[in-house]
Amino acid sequence: MFLPIVIYFLIFAYLPMTGIVLAFKEYNYQGGIWGSPWAGWSNFEYFFKSGKAWIVTKNTVAYNVVFLALYTFFSIAVAIFIAEMRGKWFKKTAQSFMLLPYFISWVIVGAFVYNLFNYEFGVVNSVIEWFGGDPVDIYGTPSYWYFLLPFFYLWKWVGFGSILYLAAIMGIDQECYEAAIMDGATIFQKIYYITLPLLMPTMVILVLLALGRVMRGEFEMFYQLIGNNAMLLDSTDIVDTLVFRSLVGMPDFGLASSAGFYQSVLCFVIILAANGAVKLYNKDYSLF
Amino acid sequence: MKIKSTLDVKIFNTISYSVVGFFGIITLLPFVILLSGSFTSEDSILQNGYSIFPKDFSFEAYKLVFREPDAILNAYIVTLSVTILGTILALFFSAMAAYVLYRKEVKYRNKMSFFLYFTTLFNGGLASFYVIINNTLHLDNTFLILVLVHMFSVIHVLILRSFMQGSLHDSLLESAKIDGAGDFEMFLRIVLPLSKPALATIGLFTALGYWNDWWTPMLFIENEKLYPMQYVLFRVMSTAEMTSAILNTSYTVELPKESLKLALTVVSTGPIILAYPLAQRYFVQGLMIGAVKG
Repeated sequence: MFLPIVIYFLIFAYLPMTGIVLAFKEYNYQGGIWGSPWAGWSNFEYFFKSGKAWIVTKNTVAYNVVFLALYTFFSIAVAIFIAEMRGKWFKKTAQSFMLLPYFISWVIVGAFVYNLFNYEFGVVNSVIEWFGGDPVDIYGTPSYWYFLLPFFYLWKWVGFGSILYLAAIMGIDQECYEAAIMDGATIFQKIYYITLPLLMPTMVILVLLALGRVMRGEFEMFYQLIGNNAMLLDSTDIVDTLVFRSLVGMPDFGLASSAGFYQSVLCFVIILAANGAVKLYNKDYSLF
Repeated sequence: MKIKSTLDVKIFNTISYSVVGFFGIITLLPFVILLSGSFTSEDSILQNGYSIFPKDFSFEAYKLVFREPDAILNAYIVTLSVTILGTILALFFSAMAAYVLYRKEVKYRNKMSFFLYFTTLFNGGLASFYVIINNTLHLDNTFLILVLVHMFSVIHVLILRSFMQGSLHDSLLESAKIDGAGDFEMFLRIVLPLSKPALATIGLFTALGYWNDWWTPMLFIENEKLYPMQYVLFRVMSTAEMTSAILNTSYTVELPKESLKLALTVVSTGPIILAYPLAQRYFVQGLMIGAVKG
């Protein structure tokens, strides 16, 4: 009964792992992965000398670390706020709204963002003009996106994240709180001395899982929000968008496969390192 | 006993209600603007931009979307059939795998888990995946690839296993065994029915993944008959090929591009938003199950 899933993973996960040799090949369609001639390190030379390697590495890591930090902070904050709320109606309604973005695809978020920020009739520029200001060229200015990308990341995921943390808070023994109240703790002390410490294990697991993906940026978001916008690419290109663009349209297998290899190896190393670090700190928190 | 509000509680409540309220409004706002824009005439959008309430009410965009419904309808059918078929298969096989990992009699359980888990640690990258699908397996341009790419998630299997460990009693299976039930029979008649809450949640995750998928068709599908909804939408958004994508006409009159895009977005988002209240109930419930570390 385990067989179907074994076959699936052999074909769709383990077989592509062998394809990693592609990074050392000069790929042509007739030869396929095994028939194409060896290329040595030339694909990597090309990737690193193109200057892309540094840009995408920097962007991928920087954006993801910022995303992760903000996401964890806001998810926990919102979860604590909701857990302490008494009004049922407000709680439920707010939660429904916040979870809504989780259900829609990045394609649609991309449409939102375009409608909000495009130059001619976007909502933001309409409002600015209404107040008598000059329209802003958001799609042509990289610096805005340093804020917009994290914003939309939070917009889409915090509702979901807060439910995860809320579930953990619900699992906390109520007696702890009752005892604290008896001792005259304020609500802030309750949160600081009970809720936060008891959320730690959940947080460590979730952060650890996310750290393993630090080299795999939020591809769908970057692709749908930025696409192939040349003016923004230097400040928003990540490894995944680079690989994807190299495959769609005019395929550049050398670049795609060497960048992909670089990513896979870095990912693997980061997961092992993060897990090892957590293991040193507290064995129970680690993933494996 | 009524809990009296002390000052710290009051301060805290003010902060929490305003932060959560603000965040709730921010998440809802784009949906409102989108809906309103789709009912606004093109001229009004171009002149005044978008607004929360439609200024110049018009059904024009929707009329255009449904003038030639074939392409849209076709995309709907593709999306629906991929989602339904994929979700059912994924649930059935994931539950089967989880059941095997759950049964204590199974030798090498940990090794089997690791066989799955390892794929989340290391993978061959998109380039080799692309070449294997296209060149080795020749699955490009098939319905099958749309179903297969998003089929299994290791995390889902592990969540299902934890659920079974937490909620199924060993004695239940033992007594069934004494009554002469085979392994597969026990799975079908005991384990599956008792895992409903977890299956509902995982099913929802999986279905959502299928419904919102646009990059599998972008990478692997060229045949327009196999385009799912999200990809059609993406093509309309990113290119000017509105006419060929949804209107099979040589319509040369100026098209209301912006409101048409919005109407199409609404049409493609509609079902998932309608299913949302229903789904949300299971979802919140199910996440509670999954989040408790097992």
